[in-house]
Amino acid sequence: MFSRSSSINVRNIGHHAIDIVLRLGYATRFFALTVLHSGTSFIRFRLIVRELYYTGVLSMIIILISGLFVGMVLGYQGYQTLNTYCSESALGVLVALSLVRELGPVVSALLFASRAGSAMTAEIGLMKATEQLSAMEMMAVDPIARVVAPRFWAGVISMPLLAAMFSAMGVYGGYLIGVVVIGVDEGSFWSQMQSAVDFREDIVNGVIKSVVFGIAVTWIALFEGYDAPPTAEGVSGATTRTVVTSSLSILGLDFVLTAFMFRGI
Amino acid sequence: MERSTLDLWVGLFVIAGFAALTVLALKVGNMGSVSGGSTYQLSAQFTNIGGLKARAAVKSAGVVVGRVSQIGFDNQKFMATVTMNIDSKFKFPKDTSASILTAGLLGEQYVGLEGGAEDAMLANGETIKLTQSAVVLEKLISQFMYSKAAEGNNTK
Repeated sequence: MFSRSSSINVRNIGHHAIDIVLRLGYATRFFALTVLHSGTSFIRFRLIVRELYYTGVLSMIIILISGLFVGMVLGYQGYQTLNTYCSESALGVLVALSLVRELGPVVSALLFASRAGSAMTAEIGLMKATEQLSAMEMMAVDPIARVVAPRFWAGVISMPLLAAMFSAMGVYGGYLIGVVVIGVDEGSFWSQMQSAVDFREDIVNGVIKSVVFGIAVTWIALFEGYDAPPTAEGVSGATTRTVVTSSLSILGLDFVLTAFMFRGI
Repeated sequence: MERSTLDLWVGLFVIAGFAALTVLALKVGNMGSVSGGSTYQLSAQFTNIGGLKARAAVKSAGVVVGRVSQIGFDNQKFMATVTMNIDSKFKFPKDTSASILTAGLLGEQYVGLEGGAEDAMLANGETIKLTQSAVVLEKLISQFMYSKAAEGNNTK
């Protein structure tokens, strides 16, 4: 009796493990197909422009507002801490470095995953459930080239732009609180920031991070949509999985990238 | 009709994104200053560099003229070798002296160059001979205490 139930448990574990590996392989093949079939979407650039509107432009408001608030919070918290060491003139450095290196790419990618990624999954999942994708295949239109690839490139293009907007807005928010409200010296705020933030080391690395996050988030969102069971439950589950998986992979990838970029000299 | 407004918004989005990147590069980063132009290399050896780090500023008369590119250790002389990238606009005479200074009491450390009087200028790859090491606070305090103790012995 005992041995039988335990053998079923072992079989379940094995089944799950094989399932995970299978899905990973399928996702990798899906990614390769998307990249291979993206020629059409660059020839008909209108397709990408349309998706840029839905993923990029519509995410702009939430990105700008959260950037401003994150910057303002950094202004208050940074001042509070730096004030105990009488070095509040370094507030600009603190705000700019934490935004450009970490918070800008990471928080905007998290927002992007829940704002645009979930919408992508739901849209493609519903397209699959209502058999629009099969209908396309029937008309000899490749759904990967027509539906998936433009969304993928729109996500990859808009993510670094959104992260840059987030960081710029955050620096402005930090300036608003630090200089305008609290009254840190404006000259030292900007000059110390400029001498501490390096273009190659900090800003370009931040952009690289956000491009990687953009690829990861859109890949996960599109794959979950494409792989969703064609039912209402299936689509809702896929949307949840998109947000959870992409948030986790953003944070994990951020650790790996940070370990490579800023391991300390 | 609907298409053109959509294009307008996407265009605005891309412009805003690149504008934000430009603001970050010029206003937040130091893209506008030294890092862009052509540079030449100078090196100097110090007995102690204190807390000097790569990318620290090299200043002459308080003006940033370059950045520290590399810090190494000379195992023959047991000294630190500091390599600096100096902006090509600025030339320094052969008898220039380099010292490691601190901005403020506990601020970050930088290399200070003081021009000499010779006519010949330092060229790419040359070494600055006259150097002065970083002030180590512990040594300073111990020297002060020893001299105080010595004073006390003398007056007895």
